[in-house]
Amino acid sequence: MLTGLLIIVPLIASLLLFLVKGNGSRNLALGLSVVEFALSIVAFMQLKHNPASKELVLNCTWVESMGIHFAVGLDSLSMLLVLLTTFLVPLIILSSFGTTYERPNAFYGLIMLMQMALVGVFTANDGFLFYVFWELALIPIYFICLLWGGEGRARITFKFFVYTLFGSLFMLVALIYLYSHTGFDSGIKSWAINDLYEAGRNMTLAQQSVVFWCIFLAFAIKMPLFPLHTWQPDTYVNAPTQGTMLLSGIMLKMGTFGLMKWLLPVTPLAIQEWGGVAMGMAVFGILYASCIAIVQKDYKRLIAYSSIAHVGLIAAGILSANQQGLQGAMMQMLAHGVNVVGLFLIADILVRHTGTREIDRLGGIRSMNGNFAVLFLIILLGSVALPLTNGFVGEFLLINGVYQYGAWVAAIAGLTVILGAVYMLRSYQGIMLGERKDSAVAFGPLATSDKAVLIIVCMAVIAFGVYPKPLNDLAESGVKEFLLNIK
Amino acid sequence: MKGLFIISGLGILAMLAEIFKFKKILYPLVLVGILAAYAMTFVDWNPPTDHLSRLDELTASFSNMIRFDQVALAFSGVILVTAFFWFILASHYFENETNITDHFALVLFALVGALMLTSFSNMTTLFLGVEILSIPMYVLAASRKKDIASNEAGFKYLIMGSFASGFLLFGIALVYGATGTFDLGGISHYISNSHGDVPAFFYAGVIMMLIALCFKVSAAPFHFWAPDVYEGSPTVITALMSTVVKTAAFAALMRLFNVGFHHIGDVWGQIMAVVIGLSLVISNITAASQQSVKRMLAYSSISHAAFMLMGVLANKNGFDSISSILYYSLAYSVGSIASFTVLYNVSKDNNGHIEAFNGLSKRNPFLAVCMVVALLSLAGIPVTAGFFAKYFIFTTLIGTPYKWLLGVAVVTSAIGAYYYFKVLIAMYFKPAISTEPVKVEMSHTVLLIITTLFTLAIGIVPGYIIGIFK
Repeated sequence: MLTGLLIIVPLIASLLLFLVKGNGSRNLALGLSVVEFALSIVAFMQLKHNPASKELVLNCTWVESMGIHFAVGLDSLSMLLVLLTTFLVPLIILSSFGTTYERPNAFYGLIMLMQMALVGVFTANDGFLFYVFWELALIPIYFICLLWGGEGRARITFKFFVYTLFGSLFMLVALIYLYSHTGFDSGIKSWAINDLYEAGRNMTLAQQSVVFWCIFLAFAIKMPLFPLHTWQPDTYVNAPTQGTMLLSGIMLKMGTFGLMKWLLPVTPLAIQEWGGVAMGMAVFGILYASCIAIVQKDYKRLIAYSSIAHVGLIAAGILSANQQGLQGAMMQMLAHGVNVVGLFLIADILVRHTGTREIDRLGGIRSMNGNFAVLFLIILLGSVALPLTNGFVGEFLLINGVYQYGAWVAAIAGLTVILGAVYMLRSYQGIMLGERKDSAVAFGPLATSDKAVLIIVCMAVIAFGVYPKPLNDLAESGVKEFLLNIK
Repeated sequence: MKGLFIISGLGILAMLAEIFKFKKILYPLVLVGILAAYAMTFVDWNPPTDHLSRLDELTASFSNMIRFDQVALAFSGVILVTAFFWFILASHYFENETNITDHFALVLFALVGALMLTSFSNMTTLFLGVEILSIPMYVLAASRKKDIASNEAGFKYLIMGSFASGFLLFGIALVYGATGTFDLGGISHYISNSHGDVPAFFYAGVIMMLIALCFKVSAAPFHFWAPDVYEGSPTVITALMSTVVKTAAFAALMRLFNVGFHHIGDVWGQIMAVVIGLSLVISNITAASQQSVKRMLAYSSISHAAFMLMGVLANKNGFDSISSILYYSLAYSVGSIASFTVLYNVSKDNNGHIEAFNGLSKRNPFLAVCMVVALLSLAGIPVTAGFFAKYFIFTTLIGTPYKWLLGVAVVTSAIGAYYYFKVLIAMYFKPAISTEPVKVEMSHTVLLIITTLFTLAIGIVPGYIIGIFK
């Protein structure tokens, strides 16, 4: 029931918001998203004290003749991502207070609709429902990018839409194929996740390979992995800041989490056969995106490429399919989500105060606003995974996990740490330090809402760097259970 | 059965209206009549029977010429609902013209043909249904008398339609020659008893009938007439063609091939698979480059025809294929009616050029939102009806040897998203050609609200329709 509420509250919120006229909508959106966050904390407590609680699962029949159920549930792994979602959405809404958007009610309504779909994707325990939420998440973000995006948005958002739709449709076919193989013993076909797992495992290698590539395509596009990433930088740069935050902070995790929950257990043989290729895509993407990030002049674009590098490492960790790799992936998903929201807000603040994102035209902002420089630095260090920041735990575990898969792979993947430090610190140097450029002169104090978001993000960076235990425990136990289940 | 009588009676009444001077009340009379006919489908709803068994006494009438079983009633229901919506959309069409009553009669007789196509159980009834449906459509296509394009559309439709009828007759003759019966059950019986020992000209007959019906549903490569006819005809007539006529033609195709020729699925399946593949590729690629929304919808209707053909191709025992086609035709018809209503209101004078949609979100946000839902449904995005329609078709086809078509369908669906979204981008992104708001009359507003809610509703609870035969 609690899980059902977590899905319904944002839906109701979005419907309410569509009806509210004027500027009151953003306060309402913020309030409702905080309610949602509180709900998820309640769920978290419930899960901690009584993991088998009936409150956490919901299962009703949707289309009886097709074996489709509205089945959602929270376990340790999905709980982490739901927490990430409900934590980030209020921040994302708060971060928009510095900008005035046309038709704010539609804007916030779409964000809440997006939240509903995201929570649905993370909690779905029915293959069909998963697909519906997966597709549903695409609609609001498409409109957010289309209606409030920058120059050339029609073309760019369109590329994004067709790219992801293309991948999703292949996934749909693969899921239906899996479904048609369920009920081997009982004769009753079902979309339940465990039945799909079983159907997948009973397949021959050739069948599994087809399923693997069809589903992997969808996830790889969503993340995105090299060479399917070409939609990403343009979309990230062009989307309104809140759209970019949703895309990179949360939506990207649909791909990585999907890989873990909906692909690893389904096609074990195909992963043995093709996992190397997929791993190669992930690891090469890390190198490729890092190198491009180093030479980027536009700061937002730099973060977009750094996101490709990070997600490559997460995917590599998941594909290594061992305790450290998966646990690291979970932790890194959380850290990356928080940090990237902070970084994109910083890019937005830079534009609002100086009118440019070009690193060459920025410089010496630290001398104008010392507080901003400190906050920026903390988030940035979290992103380069310095020990005692939130990025460290995940990255350490990830590289450890990938090392168990193959030492050479880990050596290449590990370059992300070094290259990441290079492009991040260089950009910081260019933007904040050095001679004060003309653009920096007008850089005044931060708006309260921006400051609040940055401080919360910084607190999260430090708090979960110093004391990652509660989340890490959850990830550890969740992954253990998961690995037991699939072996 | 009762529904068919009511619609026939209405048609005759419409012709008398001019003489007995009750033209004014004809329109409400027709609406009520259609609703009554629709209600009759519930009255006639009978206990389920296996559609493959020989005709039973319960549902057969007129010496086994017509059989209103559950499948026929369900498709009649879809046709009548669509027709009701269509009459609301077309209210103006019956105001501006001088000879109103003729038009009423023509549309109603076309409906009679459509209902016959859903329920025939004998090939002569099939032919009668096709002709009763087609001949009024030829006239209606040309009903804008002073417009050259409309005349061209009617003429083209007539010539090409006659060819198709010729093929159909020839096919029927050959099949009769081999089997000695016009009766669907008889043909099915003949095939299953002959154990493969069938004269070659029987297959030739089957293929000719396939070609004729593919022409009627405008599947490639027999689709060349469709874009010109769709574009030239008055917009409301185009809406009728792409909904009622199409649903009826599919009901006929399905009845003929999944009942009569069920046992020789391998023979016609190969050819139908090629037809589907061609239709998907040609229609989607051509639609992407269209500048006229009307023409784009014509090409998209070819692509939807290909999807419904997949349901026929699956040729499953039991009700899987049938219920998926039923759902698809309902979702597609309602989505089409909504998009044609918007098209009709937006471009009254420039014949559906995409520019007319520019900035519609500012000129009339309500129309724009309705169009978005209709387009999302046609493109097959969850949780609209169109998504479930595609999903059910995919599920039906996946267990057959024609799985490869799904790959083609997926790739072309992504292309399909391109042209639907072109309209969407025009509405929300392009500057409007004029700032004047687009006025929509009350009846169309209600129609749009109903169709939009309907599209979402059967997307959220598809179980009622998909499980209708169980």
